[in-house]
Amino acid sequence: MGNKQTTFTDEQLEAYQDCTFFTCKEILRLHSRYRELAPHLVPLDYTNNPDIKVPLTLIITMPELKENPFRERIVETFSEDGQGNLSFNDFVDMFSALCETSPRELKTIYAFKIYDFNRDNFICKEDLQKTLNKLTKGELTPEEVALVCDKAIEEADLDGDSKLSFSDFENMISKAPDFLSNFHIRI
Amino acid sequence: MFSSLSRNSVNICRCSESFIESSGERLLHLTLSLNCNLTVNGTHEYCIIRNIIHCVRSNHIHLYFQVFYTDCSGKVTSNPLLDQLPSYQSLLYRRKSSAAGTKRRNSSRMRLGSSGSGKWASSTISRQEEKMAQRPIRELAKTMAEKRRDKTQRLEEACDLSSWRQWRQSTHMYLRKLKVESQELLLSLQLWRGDIHLIEGMFGTGILSYFFFLRFLVMLNLIIFLLMFGFVMLPIIIVPYVSGNTTYNLNNGSPCSVYPSSARRGLVIFHEYITDLLSGGGFLEQTYLFYGYYKVDKIQFAHITYNLPLAYLLTTLAYLLLSLIWIVKRSATGFKRNLVQDEDRFQSFCNKIFAGWDFCITNENAARLKRNSLLYELRTDLEEERIKQKIADRTRKERCRIYLIRLILNLFVVGVLAGCFYSIYKATIFSQDAQMNNVKENFVLDLIIEYLPSIVITLANFITPLLFSIIINYEDYSPAFEIRFTLMRCVFMRLTSIVILLFSLWSQITKCEVDPCVCGYNHLLYSCWETRIGQEMYKLTIFDSIIIAAVTIFVEFPRKLLVKYCECGLTKWWGQQEFAIPQNVLEIVYGQTICWIGTFYCPLLPAICTIKYFVIFYIKKVSLINNCRPATRPFRASSSNFFFLGVLLIGLALACLPVAVSVAQMNSSQACGPFVNYTKSWEVLPTTVSQLPSGVQTLLIALSSEAFAVSFFVFTCLAMFYVIALAGAHKKVINQLREQLVMEGRDKHFLIQKLCQAQSLSANKSSVSKSHSSRMSPSYHTSFSSNFNEGLFLAHPHPSSSTHV
Repeated sequence: MGNKQTTFTDEQLEAYQDCTFFTCKEILRLHSRYRELAPHLVPLDYTNNPDIKVPLTLIITMPELKENPFRERIVETFSEDGQGNLSFNDFVDMFSALCETSPRELKTIYAFKIYDFNRDNFICKEDLQKTLNKLTKGELTPEEVALVCDKAIEEADLDGDSKLSFSDFENMISKAPDFLSNFHIRI
Repeated sequence: MFSSLSRNSVNICRCSESFIESSGERLLHLTLSLNCNLTVNGTHEYCIIRNIIHCVRSNHIHLYFQVFYTDCSGKVTSNPLLDQLPSYQSLLYRRKSSAAGTKRRNSSRMRLGSSGSGKWASSTISRQEEKMAQRPIRELAKTMAEKRRDKTQRLEEACDLSSWRQWRQSTHMYLRKLKVESQELLLSLQLWRGDIHLIEGMFGTGILSYFFFLRFLVMLNLIIFLLMFGFVMLPIIIVPYVSGNTTYNLNNGSPCSVYPSSARRGLVIFHEYITDLLSGGGFLEQTYLFYGYYKVDKIQFAHITYNLPLAYLLTTLAYLLLSLIWIVKRSATGFKRNLVQDEDRFQSFCNKIFAGWDFCITNENAARLKRNSLLYELRTDLEEERIKQKIADRTRKERCRIYLIRLILNLFVVGVLAGCFYSIYKATIFSQDAQMNNVKENFVLDLIIEYLPSIVITLANFITPLLFSIIINYEDYSPAFEIRFTLMRCVFMRLTSIVILLFSLWSQITKCEVDPCVCGYNHLLYSCWETRIGQEMYKLTIFDSIIIAAVTIFVEFPRKLLVKYCECGLTKWWGQQEFAIPQNVLEIVYGQTICWIGTFYCPLLPAICTIKYFVIFYIKKVSLINNCRPATRPFRASSSNFFFLGVLLIGLALACLPVAVSVAQMNSSQACGPFVNYTKSWEVLPTTVSQLPSGVQTLLIALSSEAFAVSFFVFTCLAMFYVIALAGAHKKVINQLREQLVMEGRDKHFLIQKLCQAQSLSANKSSVSKSHSSRMSPSYHTSFSSNFNEGLFLAHPHPSSSTHV
């Protein structure tokens, strides 16, 4: 980029542009947002790729994530240690995968990972129940929860193992008209 | 698997395995080749073989992992073998070790190299890897570090390519960058981007679709106005500057061509100007605003003759066609999605759980409301299930009773509609007669009489939705159908009222004292009837905008203040204003239909509508942010888009009707307008065609002949039948594939069991003696033992599951 910024080298910016759906300007803006979360932790100069991670508790205070019931799961999914501590790479990756121009296939993969609470590559009934409870903040009665989960598995499960594998999930999402418009975060 | 296969008498003839050891990892590579004697129909043969092999090949290690997971339900241990699965590649959780990445790549390459027996299997794997490689890096589900490594790898590979390929790649990248930058520029030029972002954060994507729709209409009206301006008004305006010569329409002295001037003379009181402005009469009548002003026949420019009547007619057709194409194009994506949705059983619960939350919400209130609306939706869905059950359990007597009630209520609805239409008709006739009598009593009374049709239409459109929503409660439909049915009734009411208005106007225009009118229309009362219709459309538009603004200012704001500050029971029941999307959409579709009809008679109407929608955007936005809470019954973003454009299409179809009738059937007025020299407006086309060179003429005449029309119709029917047959065939294939998928799932389960048994067997056996393993006698597997190192798989088939019938 032509501007005299010292946060990234031109090489780094180009790499970011190729690996994410963001432009140079947006990457720099993301960096300032990342820095806002922990100004004393995150350096201004990223030219030598410092290995800094911002903890989960700070990231979920971001206004874009604050009201999201799945905020912890989202951050955990994109973190390398699985605990939710994001480096800047992970941070950018997260918002890139969830941005408007990200393709449906990519979003489907990450959605599956987010909803898979116990990380066994299946969305089983317990995962569904946890999802539902997070969504409604526990306002449904347990019978209603069980009924809804049963119905959901009945609708989406194709191979009859009473849990959703990735192909079941993918097939279901391809027929969900709202997924693409709802599953994106604007930053 | 074997139990299900036994029906199809499959034999497993050969099973070979090879072990590859690389850097301490063990990979189990299994090849199965099946000799199938299937007694089922031939088409399934190959498919089942393939499915089994695929399932075994790519899932067996997965099964291995699964077996251990289900047996010892302890901690999930990530099995390094799992990384090899093609279906698992995309689901990898992020790992810090970059070494694993390189190892993975190496081991997968090695596996490809040593798989001699499974030729096409390796080709499928490499095909998959190729597919992954072709996709842009940013679309891969990997960590940033891995993506960077992929990028450097690809760059290295690119250097190995020939210079032609390199150049091609670099041009691709350059073009892509250019495209991204131009898209960014276009996006930043989009109207109202910041406002829409704000609304999205507060209310979610359902209401957002309404504002997108509004923006679309602003654009559409602007384009229509530019069309009319460019082809009709501009030539007339620039005539004095380009030294052109205009030929005016003949005033041949017949009684039809008498046009009394409506300009006010003498001392004009100020409020009469306001009356003129609001009613389009007086000083506004003989301006560019209305049809009557365009009395030009032909314009002589330096080298060309500009035929204005032809341009007028063709521009009308053009803007109708343009609107149609644009709307269809916009609704194409929504329609495709709706088609897919309707085909299979609709998955309402999954939809709400996985795609229900709007990730764009940043406001605490909005989040709470979204949660409540999701809760409400889920409960409604559960309720619908219950009602479906109830409907299925209905006795015959109850059903008769319900049908009788529905019949009576529908008759009642028809009666109400007929009553409304009749009152609109009467009001129009009364208003026209009163205006003709020209007795100016009172300023306000005059205005009311002028606006009487608009007032009646608005009242009818206000009362009937309330009535419909009360009636539908007694008809006992399912909730989803209730909403849709009420909406359809309201749409019908709104759009038909305009047609009724026009119809009553026409009956007035063509009604003469002496029965067949001399000029084809009542020239005494309506010397320029197109201008009169244009004035009515103009009045409707003005009134519509006044009503929208007035309702917002005088009803919604006080309601909010009342609910906020006054705590009595009435206000609690009334509640805060909800932004009812369907009603709002109907309002603006109504306005747009008037615009489409009215542009022929009032060429400046699109400009007025553009300004009107522009202002409405801000009014609605302010009202939304300050007064409204989101509806408890939320409107889904996707289907709403389709709904809006569908209703708009109905409006367009309804708008084409009056325009077509007046162009083709009604005698154009002889005293004003561009079509004075023709009996009917349509005649300008045949006249022009007859003046064209003979070759083009014969072609055009051939195109409009019956022979061509009939053969075109037959061809279109054939194409439609073909497409329908194709769709049916696809549906069948989809059902077959779905059955195969279920079958594959069952195969998987069986293989898990078998593997589990084999594991436990080998665990026992290997501790006993290794030498005995090769002596295992497979009943079917002839060459099994020769390739065997460890008896692992399918050693002894279960006696109950015989594969051979």
